[in-house]
Amino acid sequence: MRDFSRVEIDSILQRAEKLETFASKGSSNLLDGKILAMLFYEPSTRTRLSFETAMKRLGGETINMVSTEVSSAAKGEMLADTIKVVGEYADVIVLRHPKEGSARMSAEISGVPIINAGDGAGHHPTQTLLDLYTIKRESHLHNLNIALIGDLKYGRTVHSLAYALSLYDAKISMVSPEQLCIPIAIKEDLTKRGINIYETTKLEDVIEEADVIYVTRIQRERFPDIGEYQKVAGSYRVSLESLKHCKEDVIIMHPLPRVDEIDVDVDSTKHAKYFKQAFYGVPVRMAVLSLVLGCEA
Amino acid sequence: MKRELRVHPIRNGTVIDHIAPGQALNVLKILGIIGTSDAVVSVVMNVQSKKTHKKDIVKVEDRELNPHEVDKIALIAPSATINIIRDYKVNKKDKVILPDAVDGVVRCANPNCISNTHEPVTSKFTIDKSQSQIRLRCIYCEQTISDNIADHLL
Repeated sequence: MRDFSRVEIDSILQRAEKLETFASKGSSNLLDGKILAMLFYEPSTRTRLSFETAMKRLGGETINMVSTEVSSAAKGEMLADTIKVVGEYADVIVLRHPKEGSARMSAEISGVPIINAGDGAGHHPTQTLLDLYTIKRESHLHNLNIALIGDLKYGRTVHSLAYALSLYDAKISMVSPEQLCIPIAIKEDLTKRGINIYETTKLEDVIEEADVIYVTRIQRERFPDIGEYQKVAGSYRVSLESLKHCKEDVIIMHPLPRVDEIDVDVDSTKHAKYFKQAFYGVPVRMAVLSLVLGCEA
Repeated sequence: MKRELRVHPIRNGTVIDHIAPGQALNVLKILGIIGTSDAVVSVVMNVQSKKTHKKDIVKVEDRELNPHEVDKIALIAPSATINIIRDYKVNKKDKVILPDAVDGVVRCANPNCISNTHEPVTSKFTIDKSQSQIRLRCIYCEQTISDNIADHLL
């Protein structure tokens, strides 16, 4: 996401808005005759299905590597070779791979566009784009006050989102336990970009002012003992009670899957936008696919 | 009083001067001069210099450095000068220039980076010179290296 300019992001979000009408029903022939290859070396539900939906709703076809166990990857084939071969079959490739930088390497050697659908602990740019789209559609990107909550150390989603929001002069509050706070290198980088970051360990410090509360999962394996995990995780849980202190029009987002960091009671409130956020993956991925394939929306 | 030279002039070869103090051994490592070697080498460490207070100097006889070696030296000793000596005279004197990017010079510190696998990929880093300390950023995984760069040289 560090490579994107605001103009480029805005253009993708505008394209997504145009295509949203085809995202949940109906279809278009915009990508008729085009083939998308899905190379997923790691598990995925939403990303995979929404890319597939996006391609099919726009009239294109998808081909899938069924699983790494029954493909040439199991025989030790290099990713670089797979990319060269699959690039001869398809017009565009979506790649999820456990190694950081795998998508960039693939883009260097591929004859067709590569879309990064997650490279290890690195980036997941279409997730960031759909997060921005959700904020744009359900709240506002201008003068945004956003609270990022949970695992800010290992969570690639929040790192990429923070970089993207630095282009929109957002006010960002980072709420996490001390052991999961944002890495210094990323914080320095964001500060250099002129972004205003407020760090705290307490949710109640920021909840009243936030336009968007972006919740992420705190992973149990990050803590040496279960008691410490439960204590920490409990203090970052969003509930109906905590929403009483929020702005009337606050929205709650979550990249999903959720465990228990947002109470299910919150789901039925007007503030809960995480399922809508997952849906917005379709128009955003439609926008990205049509853009890289050079088709006017 | 007669001025005494610590190291005698060389006839042909390279003098690497104004090396940051303590980096001379890393410069030798970059030049592949480790353990047993036939190279005639003089090393002076922590001598007084007007320019940087203290400096290291390396003299290598009968060898002129290639650009790849100079790029590596620039990473760990950005103030160094490279003097090419021919027949006891300084034939060419250049300050090392820190490039904007280096290919195949540094290994990424991230073990999970694609550049640390068996894939046919050469490590590539961009160099951020905007701060007092040089920062390298892997173009693949974007992890940065700013401390002990010499430990990451290929």
